[in-house]
Amino acid sequence: MSTPASVIPDHPRTLAEKVWDDHVVVKGEDGQPDLIYIDLHLVHEVTSPQAFDGLRAEGRGVRRLDLTIATEDHNTPTLDIDKPIADLTSRTQIETLRRNAEEFGVRLHSLGDKDQGIVHVVGPQLGLTMPGITVVCGDSHTSTHGAFGAMAFGIGTSEVEHVLATQTLPLKPFKTMAITVEGELRPGVTAKDVILAVIAKIGTNGGQGYVLEYRGSAIRSLSMEGRMTMCNMSIEAGARAGMVAPDEKTFAYLKGRPHAPSGRDWDEAVAYWRTLPSDEGAVYDAEVFIDAAELEPFVTWGTNPGQGVSLSGVVPAPEQFTDPNERAAAERALQYMDLQAGTPLKDVRVDAVFMGSCTNSRIEDLRAFASIVRGRRKADGVRVMVVPGSARVRLEAEAEGLDTVFTEFGAEWRFAGCSMCLGMNPDQLAPGERCASTSNRNFEGRQGKGGRTHLVSPLVAAATAVRGTLSSPSDLDDTADRVGAANQAKAV
Amino acid sequence: MEKFTTHTGVAAPLQRSAVDTDQIIPAVYLKRVTKTGFEDALFANWRQDPDFVLNQERYRNASVLVAGPDFGTGSSREHAVWALRDYGFRAVLSPKFADIFRGNAGKQGLVTGVVAEPDIERIWAAIAAQPGAQITVDLQARTATLGELQVGFEIDDYTRWRLLEGFDDIGLTLRNEARIAAYEAHRAGWRPRTLPVQPQPAD
Ligand code: SF4
Repeated sequence: MSTPASVIPDHPRTLAEKVWDDHVVVKGEDGQPDLIYIDLHLVHEVTSPQAFDGLRAEGRGVRRLDLTIATEDHNTPTLDIDKPIADLTSRTQIETLRRNAEEFGVRLHSLGDKDQGIVHVVGPQLGLTMPGITVVCGDSHTSTHGAFGAMAFGIGTSEVEHVLATQTLPLKPFKTMAITVEGELRPGVTAKDVILAVIAKIGTNGGQGYVLEYRGSAIRSLSMEGRMTMCNMSIEAGARAGMVAPDEKTFAYLKGRPHAPSGRDWDEAVAYWRTLPSDEGAVYDAEVFIDAAELEPFVTWGTNPGQGVSLSGVVPAPEQFTDPNERAAAERALQYMDLQAGTPLKDVRVDAVFMGSCTNSRIEDLRAFASIVRGRRKADGVRVMVVPGSARVRLEAEAEGLDTVFTEFGAEWRFAGCSMCLGMNPDQLAPGERCASTSNRNFEGRQGKGGRTHLVSPLVAAATAVRGTLSSPSDLDDTADRVGAANQAKAV
Repeated sequence: MEKFTTHTGVAAPLQRSAVDTDQIIPAVYLKRVTKTGFEDALFANWRQDPDFVLNQERYRNASVLVAGPDFGTGSSREHAVWALRDYGFRAVLSPKFADIFRGNAGKQGLVTGVVAEPDIERIWAAIAAQPGAQITVDLQARTATLGELQVGFEIDDYTRWRLLEGFDDIGLTLRNEARIAAYEAHRAGWRPRTLPVQPQPAD
């Protein structure tokens, strides 16, 4: 095949092992790390400035400009994008990235550019993210790209510098965990619900040191967008990365994208990609099984992504937790979230709904949201923000008329970026405000100081925006058809 | 990275334990976008006190910090090491360091020598007897010498070797440059390339 096979081991291997083996530049001896080649390095304004400064101090350049791409996302405003950025820190970070990209020759998609957007939305959209490659970025949600069968993980700023200078990283192999979800998902149950259930099951540290490989019929039935949502949140289970074996859906998604291989390269690539799925009999370091049919729409009630329950359930009581640390954490979380144990989650009123973030801001996510809110009005007093993951998603949504659906519903239709996922820009919750959010982190203050976050799927976010309380589409009157349609498309 | 064999400079006593990275560099300085120029941020809160050790004339140019146990605990910010380095410190001696801080220090050429607690107290006593005295940190011999007093320190072999050779992580990796190039020569043509920018469909 194309890659110089060091030595192809004769034992059955997992997907993760295959990708790893293909990227070993120097095998580490005596417990030393392997030197791993990096195929794609994504860069954004928050974690790159010191890396470029370090290169400058040592008189080094970027080794492979053709494997490096930068975009602006964390700090970008989602309104008035043609005006100067008001916040000084945000502006400095963005201006620094622009200067560094210019000086070192890195391709950059700036605010206003068609390919600007959240770094994890831009890579797949351009067809740069593909099976069997290694992807890194100075951002923990780099795990998103694993949906294509890539080995993708977040790195720190000194590692960003290391990759810029050498296109490699010294790494010790990760352990592997199979997460098998078998069966058919019920109507209205999406990838977001599955991953929230996985995290609630294995815990926010359950994946530590592992690459999670999502397998089983329920995963195969998900769209690429749904798989990205799952892999995106692997990090919330403490894992280094998440992966899904490539299949026909993966190839169909990639075909014809700007940077996808073409002609003979395409054939060669697909032939190689077909060899990637885990071999029969490959051994994982850990295994978890989930019955898809048992899953319901899921929502978090606490201040970490593992503190979640079925939306039809109630806020748990701290006494339910036998582990003293978990009990203490639950007590603190309930206090911060201002929730009483035993309250049905569907009685919880929200002030805001945030539809966006690298977990759920691709076109299918917006379509799912639109399928529920079309022809309706949002609940009084609820602020609804829809933020596309990239400028291109925004254009695509507008071409389909989704922007009108959103604005007629009473939502704000914004420009692309991380936005209220972390509130580095002006999109923040006020202290005490409660938000149903399609993002990935419900930590204290994540969406604004004192803000309270409930993580949900786009369908639940939409139903919640309609009713003003945490709701699933099945709580809406006369929506059987819409829910059915959204699910049929396996939208999210 | 500069090689480190021996270094002689003024020893500053920091008679506190559990100096966390928030004290070494407060969070407000993390907003900067450079990797150097953090000298003013070092111990910024403590330096507002005119009696703080680094505000005393004879310690202003100190380059070896002699601290109490559990130095560098708390957040993993690499800025803590940058601030010490930028101020001019070449070595920190303490009975115990937080692991992440030690790791970060080794990457930036800052020696972290583990000195037994009684020996740290001897060094403090020697400094008190002779404020502003010079100390010599010998990485080859793993000793610190101040006048008549000589104490040993520990540092793991790998970090010591890297510091003696002046290898940072990137420098170490680049010793394998030929193998990286050989790997690159065989990469498949279908693998992604960000350049040149492909023509995009019109919108
Ligand atoms: S959308 Fe949120 S999680 Fe994703 S990259 Fe941006 S800040 Fe991070």
